[in-house]
Amino acid sequence: MPEVKNRQAVTGAQAVANAMRQINPDVVAAYPITPQTPVVEYFAQYVADGVVETEMIPVESEHSAMSAVVGAAAAGARAMTATAANGLALMHEIVYIAASSRLPIVMAVANRALSGPINIHCDHSDAMAERDSGWIQLWAENAQEAYDLTLMAIRIAEHEDVRLPVMVNFDGFIISHGVEVVDFLDDEVAKKFVGEPKVMYPLLDTEHPVTHGPLDLYDYYFEHKRQQIEAMKHVEKVFKEVAEEFAKISGRKYDLLDKYKIDDAEYIMIALGSTAGTIKYTVDLLREEGHKVGVVKPQIFRPFPKNELQELLNGRKGVIVLDRAASFGAEAPLYEAVKSALYEVAVRPQIGSYVYGLGGRDIKIEHIRKAFEDAFSGNLIADEERYLGLRE
Amino acid sequence: MALNIMQLATMFADKHPGITSGHRLCPGCAAPNVAKFALMTAEALGYTPVVGFATGCMEVSTTIYPYTAWNVPYIHNAFENAAATVSGVETAYRALLKKGRLVDPNKKYAFFAFGGDGGTYDIGLQSLSGAVERGHKFIYIVYDNEGYMNTGNQRSGATPPGSQTTTQPVGKKLSGKIQLKKNIVEIMAAHENVYVATVSTSEPMDFFKKIEKALNFDGPSFIAAMSPCVRFWRVNDDKAVEISKLAVETGYWPLYEVERGVYRVTKKVKELKPVREFIEKQGRFRPLLKRPDADEIINELQEYVTSRWERLLALEEATKDKPIR
Ligand SMILES: Cc1ncc(C[n+]2csc(CCOP(=O)(O)OP(=O)(O)O)c2C)c(N)n1
Ligand code: SF4
Repeated sequence: MPEVKNRQAVTGAQAVANAMRQINPDVVAAYPITPQTPVVEYFAQYVADGVVETEMIPVESEHSAMSAVVGAAAAGARAMTATAANGLALMHEIVYIAASSRLPIVMAVANRALSGPINIHCDHSDAMAERDSGWIQLWAENAQEAYDLTLMAIRIAEHEDVRLPVMVNFDGFIISHGVEVVDFLDDEVAKKFVGEPKVMYPLLDTEHPVTHGPLDLYDYYFEHKRQQIEAMKHVEKVFKEVAEEFAKISGRKYDLLDKYKIDDAEYIMIALGSTAGTIKYTVDLLREEGHKVGVVKPQIFRPFPKNELQELLNGRKGVIVLDRAASFGAEAPLYEAVKSALYEVAVRPQIGSYVYGLGGRDIKIEHIRKAFEDAFSGNLIADEERYLGLRE
Repeated sequence: MALNIMQLATMFADKHPGITSGHRLCPGCAAPNVAKFALMTAEALGYTPVVGFATGCMEVSTTIYPYTAWNVPYIHNAFENAAATVSGVETAYRALLKKGRLVDPNKKYAFFAFGGDGGTYDIGLQSLSGAVERGHKFIYIVYDNEGYMNTGNQRSGATPPGSQTTTQPVGKKLSGKIQLKKNIVEIMAAHENVYVATVSTSEPMDFFKKIEKALNFDGPSFIAAMSPCVRFWRVNDDKAVEISKLAVETGYWPLYEVERGVYRVTKKVKELKPVREFIEKQGRFRPLLKRPDADEIINELQEYVTSRWERLLALEEATKDKPIR
């Protein structure tokens, strides 16, 4: 394992800003919104101090932030931004355009509940609203992962087989404002890992003028969407390659699914983001009591690692899916994806849906234990959505 | 390099600066010439234009995949964000120049953003204001056809009172839009650190000179171009320039500029023609003319046009040699 040279106690926001410092992007456009704000504040200080060579655009709204990074990335710059909740929603229209223009923009998202009523705390409703926008979605469990995935995101986005924007999700406040010990790579190592930007069809190559964002009617639009679909299919391979390379320089190995104590597990809980940490802890407690339990945390939600999940869940006794977002009038997004994947496996486990933590509501060990206990007693009902930590 | 009118005339006739033939705009539409005049001036002065466009007639008609009518770099992003998009392009240019990664480091780039009146006066105003306030070096040009034409002649903040539109039509009970046109030029001039001007294709030399000024201006510029829509103004295909000329001669579209707060009227019309002449030449006002309150609406417009003209002349006098910044 490579020697750790730079271990610091920082907030997740600082960790992400530090990754951005090491990336030294050409252009960052951003607008503040809680709990993302400290990311751009730290980064703005790097710009002000001349620590990075980035040109920063302090735009008047998130809509313009996304618009400006689209312009910058099309021009041939490595462009980044960061946001949360209503900011992400305001970007929504251009989020789709960034993906359909195949621009390798990387955006940090400090996940927060999407109003209303207004709420500044963590849930995943913001990212889930962009689920089908064509962005790759990476999900961090803690500040370390937020840092690592931000560096990896650049490589994945810019890979010539991918050329798609990447959202790095890290739970608002829980990760963004919580202080943790993070191992940072040496600046030079990080810089070498992200490498020089790979630019395709830059607008500023005036000798080869290109038209970006044309009108695309029924005679070609469908084919272009197909190309986006195909590009997404390359992501799993590229993710693994990049993760392999990242492991060599960091000693930290990422996979599409982060698996904890699953080898002999009869019951598996699945969740995105920071809650996976609390589940791991609960799993340790339950293991001491003799229960065969494990956790699977999708490191990536789009594209959805369906095949790996199918292999892993086939033949288990019970699968419990925790969602930090609701889908009104339908099943919660992560649950829906997992359940749909299970349709095709040979031996289907029992499956249950648990929605928790909306608007920053605490998720506790006792809640997780309760869901596991439902599973142990054979009380998982595929068609029933249950709630953890809700006052009934 | 100074502007040479013969060179421009040749360019206009022989070359396709920026926008080429083969686009699908209506015959007689003024919009392509607005773009052509601007880009031609930039090219004649040794600049390489880079163009951003807002959604609208001009954008949808020039870039129907797999074709494009643009022979310069072009980007369309969405309806309300041409200014923000080009501010990103311009910033990327500065970043790449600094880092030595520009493909053509020796080129003199000129960044243009174009939008229709809807994309400028209304939905795009925030992004335009933000970009101008931040001081990006770019030229924003609104081709003002006084309505949302791409979507079929709906009302915009630039539509004059009494003009027939589909979202505020003239009817038995209502006389269409009752509000006066939003004064976008003054809104933009109020950003202060900006060069702002109105132009019309009926006054080409004035147009070219203002683009030249904008190119030389150390900061953002905003140019408002009168751009008759022959389709929905209900005039013949060959009438765009004539109508534009009348707009200038009546004072409906005064030609002036504001440079960091200093006003200059660039076409001093000795005696303004009545606005009624401008109105009566266009089919879009025909429903209004049939209404009993037509005189009232036209008189109100006339009063506004006259007083704005007088005010402009007074501002010219008052702001002489008194730049704001
Ligand atoms: C967010 C959004 N709202 C509405 C539209 C529909 N739309 C496309 S172009 C347009 C009107 C364009 O009008 P204008 O900017 O005046 O340009 P013109 O077509 O007149 O040249 C509208 C309403 C859109 N593309 N995006
Ligand atoms: S509808 Fe009007 S603005 Fe649009 S192309 Fe035709 S003439 Fe030009």
